[in-house]
Amino acid sequence: MKVVYILWLRQLKKYVRSRSRIIGSLGQPVLFLIAFGFGFGPVFQRAGQGNYINFLAPGIILMSVLFTAIFSGIDLIWDRQFGFLKETMVAPVSRFEIMLGKTAGGATVAMIQGIVVFLLTLIIGFRPHNIAMLPTAFLFLVLVALLFTSLGTVIASTLEDMQGFQLIMNFLVMPIFFLSGALFPLNGLPSALALVTRIDPLAYGIDGLRGALIGQNIFSLTTDLSILLVITLVLLLLGSYLFERIQI
Amino acid sequence: MEAIIKVENLIKKFSSFTAVDNISFNIEKGERFAFLGPNGAGKSTTIKMLTTLLDPTSGTIEINSYNPNKNKDLVRKSFGIVFQDPSLDDDLTALENMEYHAVLYNIPANLRKKRIEDLLNFVELWDRRNDLVKNFSGGMKRRLEIARGLLHHPKILFLDEPTLGLDPQTRNHMWNYIKDVNNKEEMTVFFTTHYMEEAEKMAQRIAIIDKGKIIAMGTAEELKKKTDTKTLEDAFLKLTGHEIREEEAGGIDRMRMMRRMHGR
Ligand SMILES: Nc1ncnc2c1ncn2[C@@H]1O[C@H](COP(=O)(O)OP(=O)(O)O)[C@@H](O)[C@H]1O
Ligand SMILES: [Mg+2]
Repeated sequence: MKVVYILWLRQLKKYVRSRSRIIGSLGQPVLFLIAFGFGFGPVFQRAGQGNYINFLAPGIILMSVLFTAIFSGIDLIWDRQFGFLKETMVAPVSRFEIMLGKTAGGATVAMIQGIVVFLLTLIIGFRPHNIAMLPTAFLFLVLVALLFTSLGTVIASTLEDMQGFQLIMNFLVMPIFFLSGALFPLNGLPSALALVTRIDPLAYGIDGLRGALIGQNIFSLTTDLSILLVITLVLLLLGSYLFERIQI
Repeated sequence: MEAIIKVENLIKKFSSFTAVDNISFNIEKGERFAFLGPNGAGKSTTIKMLTTLLDPTSGTIEINSYNPNKNKDLVRKSFGIVFQDPSLDDDLTALENMEYHAVLYNIPANLRKKRIEDLLNFVELWDRRNDLVKNFSGGMKRRLEIARGLLHHPKILFLDEPTLGLDPQTRNHMWNYIKDVNNKEEMTVFFTTHYMEEAEKMAQRIAIIDKGKIIAMGTAEELKKKTDTKTLEDAFLKLTGHEIREEEAGGIDRMRMMRRMHGR
């Protein structure tokens, strides 16, 4: 447990010390929220879909969680390239603990980021419908953070260097975001697109968070929760399996 | 005397390329042993196999009587290592790097503080303990890595080209610490270098390695005698030839560029 803790602490310290990264990563969600929120707001309203800022906010919160989490997981590649991973890998601790500590650290960072963006959405005009549902919302935040940090670690343990990174961003992370229903409602889509959104794990996170914060969900919260849990577990196990096999 | 490191018919292939080509040697407990060889000889690859970072293609290894394939953690507890390339976390302080190591090696909290303080004093970095490592010079980083490698009182210390790029003062200083611990604690020292005088001065026995093979092994005197030369350098050149070996193009430099581009 001490090992998991020190790895977690390291991630947190590095996050707190990288001020430019924090500020930089808050710019994007704010821009999205203002540009899309106020830009598409009138159209959305006229289509009878209600307040677009309220609809959009959960999506933007999880967008920043998604990006931060994937980046934290992918951090492993930097550790590998800059040699620090070797220090961890020759230590007499199980690879599972290392994986757990790193994932917990990355997920915590992503959660903090999500909470900060949540506070920012409140300033911009987001109004959650029911304060009593905040703990449920938090649960979804945690799960999404864990899921995508694990995914980042899985990706990172199969990549030797940053060459493949652009590919991952364009063909995995961006589609995950745009097809998740973060920006538009998932009901009434053409059937091919609807199918793709069904296999996007972020869709269930956003659906759950939207359910908790503004009471608009397509699936049941139990469905959302179960699917997220299962995928997270699978990714954690896959991650530690791949981690075990890393050769330096 | 008993051997603390035993290596037999060790081979490592990277696809079709053989980096370590059937080497065997034993190192006694408390011995200072050097791998001397040109770039690309297979020194680092051998160290990686001895330290559980890389699985051998074939052959057997015994470290402190354990097999690195079967008892990885017992092997890992037995040694400390200073890698050829930097392996500190630049975003942490010197003290934090040491604490991280202490927790990973399960050093009890009551011992931890004192040992870290002693070692940081030993390498003259105690006053800079709260500075981020990224602000350290190359020599300071090296000293910190050595202090870290000694923190869990390993039976064996591996040093992969530990003095590369250090000035003579720092080099001298560093070897003094290491010899000190080697004497006091009977710690075995296995190091690689391509500085002749370093091998001659610091190692009791030297193995000359080239293109993955050990081509000669013995004391500096024995090597000179064997090749009928006056200096170790002449012996080395006679054994390995005069062709120049290229270092691999710097992958790390490419990464630093990328990292800057991503604003980290
Ligand atoms: N992961 C790897 N994949 C392919 N070739 C490698 C790898 N690591 C090392 N090599 C090659 O093996 C040879 C020995 O490398 P190394 O052990 O680092 O040499 P030394 O440390 O003696 O300079 C070199 O030719 C190097 O290019
Ligand atoms: Mg080397």
